[in-house]
Amino acid sequence: MNKSELMKTANGVRKGIIEAVHSAKSGHPGGSLSAADIYTYLFFEEMNIDPKDPKKADRDRFVLSKGHTAPGYYSTLAHRGFFPVEDLKTLRKTGSYLQGHPDMKHIPGVDMSSGSLGQGISAAVGMAISAKLSGDSYRVYTLLGDGEIQEGQVWEASMLAAHRHLDNLVVIVDNNNLQIDGAITDVNSPYPIDKKFEAFNFHVINIDGNNMDEIAAAFKEAKEVKGQPTAIVAKTVKGKGVSFMENQAFWHGTAPNDEQYETAMSDLEKVGEALCQK
Amino acid sequence: MSEVKKIATRESYGNALLELGKEHEDVVVLDADLAAATKTGVFKKAFPERHIDCGIAECNMIGVAAGLATTGKVPFASSFAMFAAGRAFEQVRNSVGYPKLNVKIGATHAGVSVGEDGATHQCNEDIALMRTIPGMVVINPADDIEAKAAVKAAYEHVGPVYMRFGRAAVPVINDNEDYKFEIGKAVTLREGTDVTIIASGLTVSESLGAAEKLAADGISAEVINIHTIKPIDEEAIVKTAAKTGKIVTVEEHSVIGGLGSAVCDVVAQKAPAKVMKIGVQDVYGESGPAKELIKKYGLDAESIYEKVKAFV
Repeated sequence: MNKSELMKTANGVRKGIIEAVHSAKSGHPGGSLSAADIYTYLFFEEMNIDPKDPKKADRDRFVLSKGHTAPGYYSTLAHRGFFPVEDLKTLRKTGSYLQGHPDMKHIPGVDMSSGSLGQGISAAVGMAISAKLSGDSYRVYTLLGDGEIQEGQVWEASMLAAHRHLDNLVVIVDNNNLQIDGAITDVNSPYPIDKKFEAFNFHVINIDGNNMDEIAAAFKEAKEVKGQPTAIVAKTVKGKGVSFMENQAFWHGTAPNDEQYETAMSDLEKVGEALCQK
Repeated sequence: MSEVKKIATRESYGNALLELGKEHEDVVVLDADLAAATKTGVFKKAFPERHIDCGIAECNMIGVAAGLATTGKVPFASSFAMFAAGRAFEQVRNSVGYPKLNVKIGATHAGVSVGEDGATHQCNEDIALMRTIPGMVVINPADDIEAKAAVKAAYEHVGPVYMRFGRAAVPVINDNEDYKFEIGKAVTLREGTDVTIIASGLTVSESLGAAEKLAADGISAEVINIHTIKPIDEEAIVKTAAKTGKIVTVEEHSVIGGLGSAVCDVVAQKAPAKVMKIGVQDVYGESGPAKELIKKYGLDAESIYEKVKAFV
């Protein structure tokens, strides 16, 4: 996909997020929207995956360590063809396979159940170690929240990843600067994030995580790194694409009502139209 | 009487892993800086590339094991019971149990028989914690032979398994030719008619000793070894409850939530019988030699004998 197609796809992913969360009347739009460009690049460009064969042995792995942004993950998987886009409207409903947090037992394309913060990265490290043990060439990607890295387990996992020279592992931090209780700098600042990963012996790349060119360049750079894992610290806008959600902690875990839904979809329609005129 | 052979079940764990490692390429052993104590060191020596020391970070170790399992490896995550079941409870629950991953947890140094290290390291709550996790198999072997058989059975079982091993050497009691280990199947070691002693782990040999003493007093005690706390052998419990009408459970674990509670769950619903629970009585342990602590906490043959006699 070229840049313009990726951006249009990301916009479609964002619409899916709003559809899903609005239909569920709960869920986490803010961090799903902030990471939509990263999700899109990973699943439409970067990763070796096949929606027709979600469990193929040599696939690249993805672990959503910040599991609450499942709407972004699901919307991406649906748009990529792992399951019908229409099913997004069943998010969080009784009996739906689209659980509030990723469930590997029931959702095609989900490699690890997650949701309890700090745990996904450990599983990703386990997958990367497994590839090294078996001589497999697949790569492992895991997406973390910037609030999530307050969990000590993240650093236990990071220490082991660098110690074992896991250059097949890419850790992405969605640095949207907000968590439930407010700005991460007000709650318990994890800054400087890049310096912390550097100190843990990661190759660190700082990017604008809502810029497709920078995202592409970062993942290309990560592939060239030998002997150490890569951390991509992606500066993003929480709620990106929906005017009233941008940079508002309130929209971390709140669903839009009908009126807000209309505004959000209209915002995204305009973004889509602008992309088409480019 | 000749000297009884004694081996700590943690030794059995290490030795069984070594054998498994020779047979199966997919076995990976994880430890958290305790390889010398959990006895996974023998596996490390033979298969250094398949032994992953995660350092002192048990929560991460459980998550790494989960990740390995998603790719088809069969990880044995090893630490003290306090840290494997206690500290990492939520990781076991959410990263292993919920996705039903094929992770085996080898938890050594369970119970007061840890000895001199004292209360902070004596986990009397692990069985209670682990048996609440849906789909988790919980095994507490009684001796070397059972422990080795349990490790092999855990490998063959698809899904999460928690295995509990001890630090102290315990008598080998299952060295008979027809010994067979099956997950979820209780073993009747002694037939009796007046009372049933249901034991697990190191209290099994102590219970056999108690039954000997009771026999001398004319009390016929049945002794059942329940090595699998979950899934528990309901049939065996119902059968013995109908037979003797009196059950005494003996465990090196809190009387809250462990073997005694699991037996009561069955008895209360399916075969009403009077039950007395012998175990750690809602208290912490303390420092001291294992043998002395087992006596102090009422888990030795003599203490069991006295309590059962009073109960009958």
